[in-house]
Amino acid sequence: MNSARNPQLNRDGGLQHLLTIEGLPREVITAILDTAAPFTEVAEREVKKLPLLRGKSVFNLFFENSTRTRTTFEIAAKRLSADVINLNINTSSTTKGETLLDTVDNLAAMQADMFVVRHASSGAPYLIAQHLAATGRDHIRVINAGDGRHAHPTQGLLDMYTIRHYKKDFTNLTVAIVGDILHSRVARSQIHALTTLGVPEVRVIGPKTLLPTDVERLGVRVFNDMRSGLRGVDVVMMLRLQNERMNGALLPSTQEFFKYYGLTLDKLELAKPDAIVMHPGPMNRGVEIDSAVADGPHAVILPQVTFGIAVRMAVMSMLARS
Amino acid sequence: MKIHIKNGHVVDPFNGIDRIADVFIAAGRIAAVGYEPAGFQANSVIDANGLVVCPGLVDLAARLREPGFEYKATLDSEMAAAAAGGVTSLACPPDTDPPLDEPGLVQMLKYRARHPNFAHVFPIGALTVKLAGERLTEMAELAEAGCVAFGQANTAVLDTQVLLRAFQYAATFDFPVWLQAQDPYLARAGVAHDGEVAARLGLTGIPVAAETVALATILQLARETGARVHINRISSRIGLEMIVSARAAGIAATCDVGVHYLHLCENDVGYFDPHARLDPPLRAQSDRDALRQGLADGSIDALCSDHAPVDDDVKQVPFAEAEPGATGLELLLPLTLKWASEMKLPLSRALPRITSDAARILGVPAGTLSVGSAADICVFDPQATLRISRETLKSQGKNTPFIGYELAGRVRYTLIDGHLAYDGSWD
Repeated sequence: MNSARNPQLNRDGGLQHLLTIEGLPREVITAILDTAAPFTEVAEREVKKLPLLRGKSVFNLFFENSTRTRTTFEIAAKRLSADVINLNINTSSTTKGETLLDTVDNLAAMQADMFVVRHASSGAPYLIAQHLAATGRDHIRVINAGDGRHAHPTQGLLDMYTIRHYKKDFTNLTVAIVGDILHSRVARSQIHALTTLGVPEVRVIGPKTLLPTDVERLGVRVFNDMRSGLRGVDVVMMLRLQNERMNGALLPSTQEFFKYYGLTLDKLELAKPDAIVMHPGPMNRGVEIDSAVADGPHAVILPQVTFGIAVRMAVMSMLARS
Repeated sequence: MKIHIKNGHVVDPFNGIDRIADVFIAAGRIAAVGYEPAGFQANSVIDANGLVVCPGLVDLAARLREPGFEYKATLDSEMAAAAAGGVTSLACPPDTDPPLDEPGLVQMLKYRARHPNFAHVFPIGALTVKLAGERLTEMAELAEAGCVAFGQANTAVLDTQVLLRAFQYAATFDFPVWLQAQDPYLARAGVAHDGEVAARLGLTGIPVAAETVALATILQLARETGARVHINRISSRIGLEMIVSARAAGIAATCDVGVHYLHLCENDVGYFDPHARLDPPLRAQSDRDALRQGLADGSIDALCSDHAPVDDDVKQVPFAEAEPGATGLELLLPLTLKWASEMKLPLSRALPRITSDAARILGVPAGTLSVGSAADICVFDPQATLRISRETLKSQGKNTPFIGYELAGRVRYTLIDGHLAYDGSWD
């Protein structure tokens, strides 16, 4: 059996790794957002560096392709003066080589201080964290940069930072998450963050093929009709629809998806007049979101990216300190 | 060799015995229970004071991994595990490499398993060649070689016409057909019960319909052909209800459940624990409760260990990539006792599920202490506890979700054909 203790918290309840938002106390989430705030100003200075991670080695361990997330982690670590090593490890089933834990052991032997891990399998960062603990190397911190369909906690946190920036208070909001909830690690992290921060109504909107069984048990209201789901919301969080889902048994076509679940100006009118529109990127214009919305006044999609660096700096500096 | 087991609490449900009594063994058979046969001179006496003396356990699903998967386990290691677990008869599924689809392979397995310390092995022959679901095996020849039933292990026959023909052919010889009910399309890529935990952890789900859809096919073809079917490792409440109503409608269907499914459910996946990666998946708590109740009231005929030793390399990977399976032979008795005690069932009502009822499904004369039958006996201490650890397990498969559990029920002696195959009296 796994220990019942959440493996990302240390014995005192402090943050040891960042693996998921589920189960994080509200104070911890708020502390991360508070820590991130001053980091947004660093980017505006002439010298964009802080010495908080000087002498530390951060390994970006990407078993799945990513440009954006890897780049933002890299920038965040460099602004904190860390040494950053990027590893893109191809793990297609045809090129089975070293096991995941062998890779981890080798990199740990190179005196890594922090692993930023992306992996196609849900739970892979847990395996790494548990392995480090079992082998007496739990001084090495693990940050989940996206694992399968499970979690993408720094994305969830930067989304919370963005919402707080524009809406100030979480406890009077209605938030809708739209699209492919089933395959989305982003959606799961958003749901846990929003419910923990006290958002009274979190909605998920999508066709039944893209909603997990029993998703309402995560504390959300389910809508299959986008128009009723968007009515009166303060925040619309769009999700990326992966190409491979588009034509097959999950969805008949991109066109039909866009017609019923794409965010257009006329659908957005059902939301509150000051609603913000978010997207984790990269966007599929004309599939889940219309360009008129993506480039329009409600969109806060580019600020999300900027805040993402500050939030990742906050997470890294807090883990390095703990 | 004559053995006298004295002062034990004899529980032999098949013969209605549940009292302190002595057991007398001569020439590998039960000579008497409760009275000393005239002129009996014991060569050896086993003091069973404070211990339970019951028929050796009969396990309906124990993978020995030979031939083909010796890196996972060997006959030697798994037979040591069986003896240590009090298991004296076991059925092995045909999912070896190559699968048990040729008489020569079955003869070789039976031959290799012929050792006084080894449990009696009853191979389940492959229903189709290479388990591929296309061509029927030589079932009659396989039966002559020692197969007691025919099945597909954890794979399915996709082509329902082939399945119909397989049922007809098996029914011709009155061979039972053993199948796991899981539709491979509905289970495709699935690694966990399609419910709240899979939703939370982002794991691909296997819906209950994967079981019920496959069951509907199997039960209707059994009705059509009159074949005797046995469903292995039922996992859901609705699946169980289907079997119960099929039986009421006159279909010859029996079923078993794996011991893990009585104690664990989807929540035990915890933080992606690969030990809880099992096939079929651990389902909801309500399913587990229904299985516990069904086994108690007899809707489920028997309980098996579903022993599937796997090596560490295939478990120390992310959950979805882990190979399903857990070691079970040495846990069958303690986990049965745990279920019985939680359900407030006396031993006389719990033990048949792993002795006489299991033997009835297998169609072999085992699981009783009837006078004249083979002296296959398990002597255990129902109170003594053991903390399950990698070190205590004799199986080469060290992976089980019960590592760290403290379980009551320690086997002290296992006798196979009157031969002391395991002596745990010093543990």
